[in-house]
Amino acid sequence: MTKKNITFAGIIFEGGTADKYKTGGWRKLRPTLDKDKCIDCLICWVMCPDSAVIVEDGKMVGFNLEHCKGCGICAMECPDKVKAITMEEEEK
Amino acid sequence: MATVTGTKKVVGLTGNSAIAYAMKQIDPDVCAAYPITPSTAIMEEFSGYYADGQVSTELIAVESEHSAMSACIGASAAGARVMTATSSQGLALMWEMLYVASGLRLPIVMAVVNRALSAPINIHCDHSDSMGARDSGWIQLYSENVQEAYDNLFQAVRIAEDKRVLTPVMVCMDGFITSHAIENLTLIDDAEVKDFIGEHEPAYSLLDTENPITVGAMTLPDAYMDIKHQQSKAIAASKDVVLEVAKEFEQRFGRSYGLMETYRLEDAEVCVVVLSSAAGTTKVAVDELRSKGKKVGLLKPRLYRPFPHEEIMEALKHCKAICVLDRADSMNGFGGPLFTDIRASLYDAPERPVVINRIFGLGGRDYTAEDAIGVYEELFKVVETGKVERLSAYLGEE
Repeated sequence: MTKKNITFAGIIFEGGTADKYKTGGWRKLRPTLDKDKCIDCLICWVMCPDSAVIVEDGKMVGFNLEHCKGCGICAMECPDKVKAITMEEEEK
Repeated sequence: MATVTGTKKVVGLTGNSAIAYAMKQIDPDVCAAYPITPSTAIMEEFSGYYADGQVSTELIAVESEHSAMSACIGASAAGARVMTATSSQGLALMWEMLYVASGLRLPIVMAVVNRALSAPINIHCDHSDSMGARDSGWIQLYSENVQEAYDNLFQAVRIAEDKRVLTPVMVCMDGFITSHAIENLTLIDDAEVKDFIGEHEPAYSLLDTENPITVGAMTLPDAYMDIKHQQSKAIAASKDVVLEVAKEFEQRFGRSYGLMETYRLEDAEVCVVVLSSAAGTTKVAVDELRSKGKKVGLLKPRLYRPFPHEEIMEALKHCKAICVLDRADSMNGFGGPLFTDIRASLYDAPERPVVINRIFGLGGRDYTAEDAIGVYEELFKVVETGKVERLSAYLGEE
């Protein structure tokens, strides 16, 4: 019954394969960014468990929604005086 | 600390000292362990060899057995030859990681010094620790005495690392009875050990950055069962490798091992099946009863996982009545783990022997030759009357 394309112990012969596994579909709450409030402290980038905060040239520019699971850690960690990220219901 | 001064001659060592010395001879790349009675002296003495620069091992002192097995898994996946040791609650704390080690097909070798599980708390010998891990995908070898534990450890390295197997192995011996008693054993020269075990050639390595791999990725219903099927076939096939390795070991070192040991079993009418040190005690009873003309025999499984059910059926099928002595209770209302395996194996026998079960020796309760004689007498009574009064019971229960 073993399928021919199954490798020994399920090893995948390349690295960084989590990038190919899209987890955005799990999301119920979507993070939205108010760039006017954002101070580019990048705490959200540090704390995001899915590496779904996109940073370009040291600036927070948005979210990778193919991987963001909507956990809300970024919104929670965004400093109290800033609160540039809010979680909103995904549209049905 | 015991000092081993010579090789190729008989020395007196405790089971723990012999295992520590075998580990020094194997000189694994990584050893991560957390001490627990009665296996503590293994790591204590191995730490001595490490501190004295007698091994090249990376010794990792961790904060728990769960961490010990986790570190072993990481090191093994990185391509290292890895060993550890534990007992009882320590093995229990490793539980989830045991399945990760076997599922990732990592050839880790672990000495398990058998001790009862809490509660009530107890530090003495029974098999409830390793019996609970019998279906964790590890190969299990049980050792009757210090010599067997020492010899099994080298063979375990070969079995685990065999390309057809790539499965972790537990080498079990009885806590205190074997681990703390000094027995005579013959040591093997360091060079001969090295030659027998060979170089470790890992199946894969996380440190091979030229060829990056992902280990332990999420697998869903389309793949999980196929990977388990691979593992199941490998552990079933490891039985032949156990025999091959034993044969080579005998050719090199003169001591014979198999899937099991039989003692005066060929023409026996009644037989006891028991693991580890209690088999030695039972042999005394067999000799005494044989001297009175009673046809009694013994079967001591050495390889318990995978379970060599066909060979065991062949060895036992001529008996009229068999008592399986379990040093662990499955708490299933039917009988101990060895009993259910032996009884199931005999289902295909042309004429099924009567198979009864006695639980013995829990938490270090003494098991004497007189106890064994009592078991054989009960078996003769079963044969004479054709009646089984108690299928499964505690030895000596009222």
